[in-house]
Amino acid sequence: MGNTTSLAAKLAEGTRLSLKEAQGLWDLDLLTLGQEADLARRRLNPENRVTYVVDRNINYTNICTSGCRFCAYFREPGSPEGFVLNEIELAQKLDELKAHGGSGVLLQGGLNPDLSFTYYVDLVRQIKDSGLGVHGFSPSEIAFMSRRFELPLTDVLARLIEAGLSSIPGGGAEILADRVRGQISPRKCNSGEWLEVMAAAHEMGLKTSATMMFGHLETRAERVEHLFKIRDLQDRTGGFISFIPWTFQPGGTVLGGEPLGAVEYLRILAVSRLVLDNVPHLQVSWVTQGPKIAQVALKFGADDFGSTMLEENVVAATGVGFRLSREEIETLVRRAGYEPRVRDHRYNLL
Amino acid sequence: MASLRFTDQTLLPIHEKVLKGQRLGAEEGLALFKSKDLLGVGFLANIVRERLHGRRAYYIYNQHLNYSNICVNGCKFCAFGRKAGEDGAYQMTLEEIFAKIEARLHEPITEIHIVGGCHPDLPFSFYLEMLKGIKALRPEVHLQAFTAVEIAHLAELNGTSVPDTLKALRDAGLGSLPGGGAEVFSPRVRQDLCPQKLSPEGWLSVAQTAHRLGMNTNATMLYGHMESLEERVDHLLQLRAAQDETGGFLSFIPLAFHPQNTALDHLQGPSAFDDLKTLAVSRLLLDNFPHIKAFWVMLGPKMAQLSLCFGVDDVDGTVMEERITHMAGAQTPQGLTRSQLRALIQEAGCEPVERDTLYREVAEAAA
Repeated sequence: MGNTTSLAAKLAEGTRLSLKEAQGLWDLDLLTLGQEADLARRRLNPENRVTYVVDRNINYTNICTSGCRFCAYFREPGSPEGFVLNEIELAQKLDELKAHGGSGVLLQGGLNPDLSFTYYVDLVRQIKDSGLGVHGFSPSEIAFMSRRFELPLTDVLARLIEAGLSSIPGGGAEILADRVRGQISPRKCNSGEWLEVMAAAHEMGLKTSATMMFGHLETRAERVEHLFKIRDLQDRTGGFISFIPWTFQPGGTVLGGEPLGAVEYLRILAVSRLVLDNVPHLQVSWVTQGPKIAQVALKFGADDFGSTMLEENVVAATGVGFRLSREEIETLVRRAGYEPRVRDHRYNLL
Repeated sequence: MASLRFTDQTLLPIHEKVLKGQRLGAEEGLALFKSKDLLGVGFLANIVRERLHGRRAYYIYNQHLNYSNICVNGCKFCAFGRKAGEDGAYQMTLEEIFAKIEARLHEPITEIHIVGGCHPDLPFSFYLEMLKGIKALRPEVHLQAFTAVEIAHLAELNGTSVPDTLKALRDAGLGSLPGGGAEVFSPRVRQDLCPQKLSPEGWLSVAQTAHRLGMNTNATMLYGHMESLEERVDHLLQLRAAQDETGGFLSFIPLAFHPQNTALDHLQGPSAFDDLKTLAVSRLLLDNFPHIKAFWVMLGPKMAQLSLCFGVDDVDGTVMEERITHMAGAQTPQGLTRSQLRALIQEAGCEPVERDTLYREVAEAAA
């Protein structure tokens, strides 16, 4: 009782939680926890608004040497189902986005050994030249380029920034605990490398998001460890602008199993809001949770509805197919009692 | 941590009353519906839920049978009903019905849930033979069949009183009545949406007649179309008053309106906030109803799971073939297995209890 009382006092004051206190959040009932996260959200984002970005996902290749066991999207090099996006296809996708009034592209792809560095630079430049922002390349892709082209991380980043890269998505973090990574994605960058790319990007002035994919082999302690690694780096660099937790979708993956449900998703969302006191925004994952739980998530600490995506291929490959239009996002936000506002990938209101 | 910190101060006096177990009134019901403190309302409902049921959450291994969609009523909110001869109208023969029962005889089904339209000319003997035939195939099964609307319709077609109709059906194997057809009791809403349907007085009278004959029934409310919050509160309080008199209602099931393929497809249907709040307020106002059920077919498994934290203690069943909500565009799966239902309940921090229709625990299910 003494511990929960002091936790209650700390939550009420909004002071920083220790590792032990963060783990103690699981002892709270779901709604008490959610309410504390909502109060923390109002301290950090007092405006009664929920932001979202009009963008599209573009996956430039599905060929990937990483072979992660949680992924249903990738194809091995040489697979007849592999593809690499060319300039003409990219131009069509950019035109579609502009017709929708989009502001930027979420650009991500596999670790494809057949691409040249020029390919990546040209991708970024073509998007930038079309007048759209480039939110591109998760740390695993940046680390891959650095190794593959024998360039220091800062050189890779500098050349991509010069071509027009404006922010980096937080994908590929999965769980930042190497015991788990060794089992689910042994060929992907380890947690230290992931954080190193983010630190380098932040120091070069890029804003980035961070993600967490949970509900597979990780323990509760490892989820908390993940959050603390993000919080510690953020104390040093201040470059994380948002955090996006989402649940592993087992359909079509080697790992398999049953997906986590809504209650644990909302619990993690709330815990994230309370632990990550230095990350400004928390994003719902409607693509994995569906519109109803995404709407409820706005009461569990989230202040951002993510993006319109236009196309989403990676989660869709697991058979989970939620889709929302811009109008649907706005309606969900309004009916939850908030004002919907369009932002760009750097969270500037438009 | 003793209690959630309410962000809506109007909930504080209601919290006091809930802690003391005092009955809430219409104004308090309305304040709960209007509150912006969604989690605060859920927290209050959970106090009542835990007092009544602890962490137990019920489900049932059941089979749905929608024997016909031919219906004389033509309610605007319905995507299921068809006039005789209209495209998509169907009516199962007794042989087809029995084949569906036989196909699942190897499964540990404890309830068969039977609902159809108000068919203009099927003879009363059809219904009696349906029940008798199913009982012959599955003697142990509980038949929860025919909403109050169907019972009143059958009584009228057959020229018998409601009590006599219920007795005849009971003799043929009927165990209890499902709660459908209540819609919203507001005359204003019914005048527009379902003018030909059995009146609220008629609905309550059939339910109470069944109670007086020793049969249990459920109750529902179809929400999220054109009814006001005041009309929802009124509906709940009418049910509470009826339950005070006859006490036979087992569970209350708020039904989320699904607009697709109905005459009201320009409406959006209820939001998730509305779904959770309606379940929670139902738990708080219906202090004399043992159970509040979230019908996962309508809400989806994720919302049904979450509702266990908002006053709900029952997520319904394993349902394999459900037509009424799916014809209204429900995206939910046709069935959840027993292990999926149990996992869903456990992940919400509850203890799964397989029940029969009368909420008796089915012992062998936990294995």
